[in-house]
Amino acid sequence: MNKTKLFLMLPLIGMLSCGKAKNEDKATASSGTEVSVTIKGSDTVLPLAQKEAEELMKTNADVSITVVGGGSGVGITAMIDGTTDIAMASRDLKTEEKMKFADKKIEIEEVIIAYDALTVIVNPANKVSKLTREQLEKIFTGEIKNWKEVGGADEKIVAYSRESSSGTYEFFKEEVMDKKNYATDILNLPATGAIVQAVGQTKGAIGYIGLAYETKEVKQLAVSYDQGKTFVEPSIASAKDKSYPISRPLFYMFDKKNADKVKTVVDYALSAEGQKIVGEIGYIPLN
Amino acid sequence: MKTNFKQIKEKVIESILMLSSAATSITVILIIFFLFIEGAGVFTKKPIEKGFLLAVNNSNPVSKLDPSQIKDIFDQKITNWSDLGGKDVPIVLFRSGDITDYYSEEELGENFANFPDKINELIANTPGIIAFFSDKYVNEEFKGKELDINKITVYKFLSDEEWFPTAEPVAQMGVKPLIYGTLWVSLGAILLALPIALAAAIYLSEIAKKRTRNLLKPLIELLAGIPSVVYGFFGLVVIVPLIQDLFNLPVGETALAGSVVLAIMALPTIITISEDAMRNTPRAMKEASLALGASHWQTIYKVVIPYSASGITAGAILGIGRAIGETMAVLMVTGNAAVIPSSFLAPIRTIPATIAAELGEAPNGGLHYEALFALGCILFIITFGINMLVEVVTNRNSQKKH
Repeated sequence: MNKTKLFLMLPLIGMLSCGKAKNEDKATASSGTEVSVTIKGSDTVLPLAQKEAEELMKTNADVSITVVGGGSGVGITAMIDGTTDIAMASRDLKTEEKMKFADKKIEIEEVIIAYDALTVIVNPANKVSKLTREQLEKIFTGEIKNWKEVGGADEKIVAYSRESSSGTYEFFKEEVMDKKNYATDILNLPATGAIVQAVGQTKGAIGYIGLAYETKEVKQLAVSYDQGKTFVEPSIASAKDKSYPISRPLFYMFDKKNADKVKTVVDYALSAEGQKIVGEIGYIPLN
Repeated sequence: MKTNFKQIKEKVIESILMLSSAATSITVILIIFFLFIEGAGVFTKKPIEKGFLLAVNNSNPVSKLDPSQIKDIFDQKITNWSDLGGKDVPIVLFRSGDITDYYSEEELGENFANFPDKINELIANTPGIIAFFSDKYVNEEFKGKELDINKITVYKFLSDEEWFPTAEPVAQMGVKPLIYGTLWVSLGAILLALPIALAAAIYLSEIAKKRTRNLLKPLIELLAGIPSVVYGFFGLVVIVPLIQDLFNLPVGETALAGSVVLAIMALPTIITISEDAMRNTPRAMKEASLALGASHWQTIYKVVIPYSASGITAGAILGIGRAIGETMAVLMVTGNAAVIPSSFLAPIRTIPATIAAELGEAPNGGLHYEALFALGCILFIITFGINMLVEVVTNRNSQKKH
């Protein structure tokens, strides 16, 4: 008898405790400071947004900022559903997304807060120092398997990629690989640091990383997007003047109706201090 | 009065004890339920993103395609409809983002009002087209033909050999390379760990002096306390380059590297359990053996090892259990390429590593998310089977004794 009662009570207790937790969440979100802004989206922008939010909250006690990652797509979806004030994105809106915003009659303001460039890296012992986009595509789709096919030594190419959860993975796939899928035997590593480590110690390796992560243990490649007529070395300068092709703007996106609320945050990101943080995190400041 | 109070107190304590055990069992059951309900979702859906469709020109005889064929089309490996049983027309790829290549922003109208008409026109005018777009833009006079895509069946899920859960427009969900990778790495780990662990256990329980054992045992147990990320990092920086140099490989991130790291991680489990089993050998048995004139070594392998065989087996199986479920260390050293392993010197991808690496980006409730839960189910079934095996082995032992 006693036992059955207990079993009946358990789910009840569970439900009660769940309900309580949710209420608490809401309370913390709405109480306290005057303006509370949610920023959600790209993991690439995340460290930058987080640092800027910390600095801003230090100097301005009136704003409370919550920064959440999850990927550009996640942020933009949240924007469409109206569950975030600012969406961070490491790519422009896709046509599908523009259409969704049009459906909901939301006008979106996109503000570029920094630039990021991807660097293709190889082992320092590798003779190859430049590749065209087409060659890169063939390497990562598995069509080119040996360095001698692109003017290097007779050595097997070992291609490293980020995991599919990374925005960098998607960006590289879209920009460099013409939306084709990676070959199955590409090695996936969970972090940029691991790619640098692996490329540094593997002779035939090739990989891609954010410009900010470049170190002396690996060699950067110059890249050509016009079938080999001009090759551009990746650098902050070439990314800034847009001659380096594999670079992308990082966005804050928000609803135009919501502009007043997010103004402090966006203005801070564009201010001299905000741009200084951009440089510290390792991205390319606007000017 | 006092006894009454005491009784109440006891009752309260009893019910608290019962409550916690009941809560634990219910939690376990709920988690398993949750796992299987989420995981089963993958078999009810088409592998295309919800709300999207693939359409072809109405004159195209092809009406049904396999996910792998669609992937090859969009990877431009298949470029002519004749390869798919259609007419000899080159395939024209179209994603909704490409609409601006065909029509100007003005033609599409404000807020893409003319999109449905334009896409209709485009599909009607292009015989070789395959278009991927949202089903919201299908209007009444739609002249194209929607392609039928086969659902993922349990058999396909387990036997397909390509794992591209985020591929557009159609995801490829073949977990065979992941299952093979997991079992392969664990098998390697146990082959490496078992002899070493057995030797260490024999030494500790039978040969080592008391002082040596008191020094070594805590050290070995300390191995179990090191966080797995640390093992992973150690593996990446030390073991991976070592294997690369030793076997002169183009790449060091291999199944072998994973096996070595997992073997180190499984050692303390196997050593501790088998050593305990060996030390449980009754003194009388050992002394009888020695009294009959057997040497120390003969006693060990004729008396101690047979007596503790089930304990050693249980230790080994628990060690495998740990190896199969291990995530972080494996994620860092095995290269995570989803190919069916042909040797220990090739990169592999395991189930736990896949779940850990991909769950972050998989949208809640989507196909990819459910596929990862289905992977969790497979892992659960494997480890559950292993635990059952331990039960059987230890039970057999206790029956034998009585």
